[in-house]
Amino acid sequence: MAKRTTKRRISKSTKPKKQAARKSKIQLNDDIGEKTRLRMWQLQLEIRHVEQRAHDLFFQNLIKGTSHLAIGQEAIASACAAVMRPDDYTFCTYRGHAHTLVRGASMEGVLGELMGRECGLLGGKGGSMHLTDVEKGAMGSYAIIGAHLPIAAGAAWKAQYLKTGQISFCFFGDGTTNIGAFHEALNFSVVWKLPVVFVCENNLYMEYTPISDVTAVEHPAADRAGAYGLESIIVDGNDADLVYRVARDAADKARAGDGPSLIEAKTYRHSGHSRADPATYRPEGELEKWLERDPLKIYRKRLIDFGVKESKVVAIEKAVLEAVDDATEFAKNSSTPSKDVLMTEVWADGGASWRN
Amino acid sequence: MAELTYREAVAEGIAQEMERDETVVFLGEDIAKAGGVFKATVGLYDKFGPDRVRDTPISEQAILGAAMGAAMTGLKPIAEIMFSDFLAVCWDIVANQIAKIRYMTNGQVSMPLVIRTANGGGARFGAQHSQSVENWSMMIPGLKVVAPSTPADVKGLLAAAIRDPDPVMFFEQKSLYSSKGDVPEGEHIEEIGVAKVVREGSDVTIIALAAMVPRALDAADRLYSEAGISAGVVDLRSLVPLDTKTIFEQVEKTSRLVTVEENPRLCGWGAEISSIVAEERFWDLDMPIIRITTPHIPLPSADELEDMALPSVERIFETVRQGVD
Ligand SMILES: Cc1ncc(C[n+]2csc(CCOP(=O)(O)OP(=O)(O)O)c2C)c(N)n1
Ligand SMILES: [Mg+2]
Repeated sequence: MAKRTTKRRISKSTKPKKQAARKSKIQLNDDIGEKTRLRMWQLQLEIRHVEQRAHDLFFQNLIKGTSHLAIGQEAIASACAAVMRPDDYTFCTYRGHAHTLVRGASMEGVLGELMGRECGLLGGKGGSMHLTDVEKGAMGSYAIIGAHLPIAAGAAWKAQYLKTGQISFCFFGDGTTNIGAFHEALNFSVVWKLPVVFVCENNLYMEYTPISDVTAVEHPAADRAGAYGLESIIVDGNDADLVYRVARDAADKARAGDGPSLIEAKTYRHSGHSRADPATYRPEGELEKWLERDPLKIYRKRLIDFGVKESKVVAIEKAVLEAVDDATEFAKNSSTPSKDVLMTEVWADGGASWRN
Repeated sequence: MAELTYREAVAEGIAQEMERDETVVFLGEDIAKAGGVFKATVGLYDKFGPDRVRDTPISEQAILGAAMGAAMTGLKPIAEIMFSDFLAVCWDIVANQIAKIRYMTNGQVSMPLVIRTANGGGARFGAQHSQSVENWSMMIPGLKVVAPSTPADVKGLLAAAIRDPDPVMFFEQKSLYSSKGDVPEGEHIEEIGVAKVVREGSDVTIIALAAMVPRALDAADRLYSEAGISAGVVDLRSLVPLDTKTIFEQVEKTSRLVTVEENPRLCGWGAEISSIVAEERFWDLDMPIIRITTPHIPLPSADELEDMALPSVERIFETVRQGVD
């Protein structure tokens, strides 16, 4: 069990100005390195442009239902993915296009699923809120708040029991810290010393209500960590480098057999909660302030400041855009699901029969 | 054959499967060192150790969530929910997560797990520790639902549930824990989804489940000796998959059908069977189908009241006698 006394507050810079100071001290080939940085740049771009495309396809009526975009929150999923081993597990929410993509799920699989096409990751049976790619370690997107926290703990239990060295990463929002499953999962994971990293993406809102209106503490995840003997960790979620470092520490701790961590990453979603939400509840100027702190803007500048050639930075972006265009065309041309799949895969025998 | 109690058969069934398969693990509240609040899992912790038989906090969502996460990544967990009434606090994990994930992911995820739980009344525990909730599970697509009535079936069906690649809700009827019966020694496995004709009859078929099976059998004895009615009894054993073939065979033979259900009236499993038989075997029936159930009330605790609520041998006897007359 984690020691009850560890209440060190490691407040990684949550304010932009602190970061500027820190930035000048770091080097391109420091502990993170150019290769990882370019990967995180690419992953953030992939999320941004796939999400942007999903937004556009919605307004062309090619995507139905609902969709929850992660525009503005790209740094967190990208940095954590850069820390993960290929066989690690990701569990995420309905706002999970990002977390699924960064594990290597195909863009046409993601866009195709959103469009209800045969080429979709789930063949059209799951939709935007349930993206899953088990082969890539993306173990599912869950649309009932909190449910996937104990499920992620269970996957970590398997890794612990079979000594595979795998870990689970579990992503969720600030609103999720007020449901019972969050608290059950944390206590359970600490008591069982499970290799799981819980990442709370605090984007300041649940659906439409500011999290501060409904939460007893200022930092919805970090301020609860101590109750479970965990360190209180807050990180600037719009800076991929900072997220990378805390995620790496948490992953190392989990892999070493020292149990779970809870990271609170502060961030902001640029759009509304879902397609249906124009986000009129936000105070004037708030979005603009956060747009200044756009994770892609921050990272682009970081790379240029480090001396990465602008042409290289741009080339990556161009390639991502082309890939998104190709995936969009592919998904548009994919057929709708055949009638045969309606009654398949309820059971392991492939069927749906409940009687003889 | 060895004579075992229903509760001993639980531990035997689990031990049999844990011995043959390292990926079988077991978790729940008070199940390890204490051997379970019903003493149904005594000895497993000593035999298989703390890595495979693990006590949990009082966190039903965490218990079933962890079982699910482990099942989808390669283990075969058995999770205990102490009383089936408590399923209500983790129903999201059962009904939205475990049951749906294979379909939602188009078959990417398998869910080989067992949720064992002590179900039903008769112990004077009152409304929050006594309800028969097998019908809750029956209405969720993606769950198999098993409820044994004998120690032999506890062992054989539990083993089958553990080997099953799909999630199985395994209802142990708590009023049966101390009942005894012969259990095959050595490896014993039954098939899920096969009902058992436990008494042949020619005038009427009584379909029962779990604790209602011995009551139906006693009533059938009395129907024969006191009223000259030959009542057959079917132990349904599993609600999903449902053995409609055996039900139809018996209906064709006796032309009369009675269900005996411990669950409260509305949407009890007998309603589904009645509807299937009415739709598909209507012309074989000589009498309206009769459902004998617990009334649509929360269960009371006092001896007299609980006894009145649960279908009794007397009530089954009288209802069937009057119906057949
Ligand atoms: C148990 C449950 N209650 C309510 C909802 C409806 N709902 C969907 S998203 C959401 C807000 C969640 O906020 P947060 O955890 O901060 O995640 P975010 O959407 O900001 O990423 C709510 C209330 C739900 N899906 N599940
Ligand atoms: Mg939020």
